Amino acid sequence: MRQPQPYDDIPGTTVFDAERARQGYWLNQFCMSLMKAENRAAFKANEAEYLKAWPMTEAQRQVILARDWNGMIALGGNIYFLSKLFSSDGKSFQHVAAIMTGSSQEAYAQMMKDGGRSPDGNRSLAEWKKRG
Amino acid sequence: MAELISGLTTSHVPAVGAAIDLGKTQEPYWKPVFQGFDFTKQWITEQNVDVVILVYNDHATAFSLEIIPTFALGCAAEFPPADEGWGPRPVPVVMGHPELAAHLAQSLILDEFDMTIVNKMDVDHGLTVPLSLVYGQPAAWPCKVIPLAVNVIQYPPPTARRCYLLGKAIGRAVASYPEPLRVMVWGTGGMSHQLQGPRAGLINKAFDARFFDLLVSDPEALTNITPLEFLRESGSEGIELVMWLIMRGALSERVRQVYRFYHVPASNTALGHLILECQR
Repeated sequence: MRQPQPYDDIPGTTVFDAERARQGYWLNQFCMSLMKAENRAAFKANEAEYLKAWPMTEAQRQVILARDWNGMIALGGNIYFLSKLFSSDGKSFQHVAAIMTGSSQEAYAQMMKDGGRSPDGNRSLAEWKKRG
Repeated sequence: MAELISGLTTSHVPAVGAAIDLGKTQEPYWKPVFQGFDFTKQWITEQNVDVVILVYNDHATAFSLEIIPTFALGCAAEFPPADEGWGPRPVPVVMGHPELAAHLAQSLILDEFDMTIVNKMDVDHGLTVPLSLVYGQPAAWPCKVIPLAVNVIQYPPPTARRCYLLGKAIGRAVASYPEPLRVMVWGTGGMSHQLQGPRAGLINKAFDARFFDLLVSDPEALTNITPLEFLRESGSEGIELVMWLIMRGALSERVRQVYRFYHVPASNTALGHLILECQR
C-alpha cells in the first residue's frame, strides 16, 4: 500500500518515486524499446499487438493507445521515458506539456514566452482548492 | 599537479540541441538564447582546458529502469553520442580521459563516495548540449571529457548536501593527480522547470535568482534545500539543480563570477548559465 508522502501536496505534480517506478516498470521499459528504429516500425504497424508483448496492465495499454499522457503518468509513467513515445509520434516536450496542462499549443507557448507558470498559487493542493 | 581552474553551469534543454543541429540558432525565438553564450565561446578559447568533468543526467538513454546508479563515473576512452529515438546528434564522439577518471574513481571511493564505474556508455543531450553551447560545432571537441552521470529521474536524487560534498571530494582528487592538467568542472541541468502534469511550465525566477547568488557567495546555504523544496519551488525537473552543487563544491571556497546569463523560456525551461573562476 502506498504511504502518504509530503510531496503529494504539490498540485498537478506526480513524483516518480520508487513505488511509481515499480508500478510503471513495464510501461517505461516499453517506451525505452522505441529508441530502436525496427521497434518503432513494429509498434507503428500494429500498436495493440506490439503492446501485448509487454507484461503491463490492460489499463496501462489503454492509456498508451489513447496517448493519454496524464493517464500514463498516473499509472507509473515517467516523462523522460514517455518522451520516447511522443518522439516516435513526431511530437515535442512542449506539445505534450500543453496537452497535460489542458491548454492549446498556442496558449501554452505564449504562457512560457510570458515567463512561465508562476509558483504563486501553485505550491499546494490547498491553493488549488481555493482557486476552484 | 593537476589544477582545477574554473567551473561552469548551464541548462541542457534538448530543444537547444535540436536548434543547433537544424541551423535555427538565428531564428527570433532562439537568437537570444545563443547570444547568451557568445561571451563563453570567446572566453573558453583562452582557458586551455585539458579535461572537463561534466556533471549531467542521463535521460532514460544509457540507463533504463534496469540499472539506476546515483553517481556514475565514465571511465572509458570514448563515449558515442546516443540515439535517443531520432538518430544520434551530429556531434563529435566524446573523448574521455581514462587515466584521470581511474584516479578519480579510486580517490572518491576511498573518500567514502561509492561511485559506479562505467566503462561503456552512450551519452545523450544532457552531456552533448552543454558541449555544443560552449564550443559550437567543431570537427572534434577540443578537450577530453569525463562524464559524471547523476540520477535525477527516479526520486530521490542525491541530496544537495551530498552533491556539494562530492564536489569537494572531486576537488581533492583532482589536486592529487600528478600530471599537470588544466581541469574544469561543469554542472548542467536546471534551472526551474516542470515537464509533466497539469503544473507543467512552472518557472520560479525568484528561486533561480537566489540560487545563482548563493551558488557564488554562500553555497553552504544551498545545501539546506530539501528535495521537497526543490520539487515545490523549482518544479519536478528543477531538482536537477543539485548537479550544480557538485560543480560548486569542487571549486575553491572563494570564487570570482566571470559571467552570468538567464533566459526564459527555452522550450519549457528557465535556461541559466554561470562561469566561476577559482580564487587561490
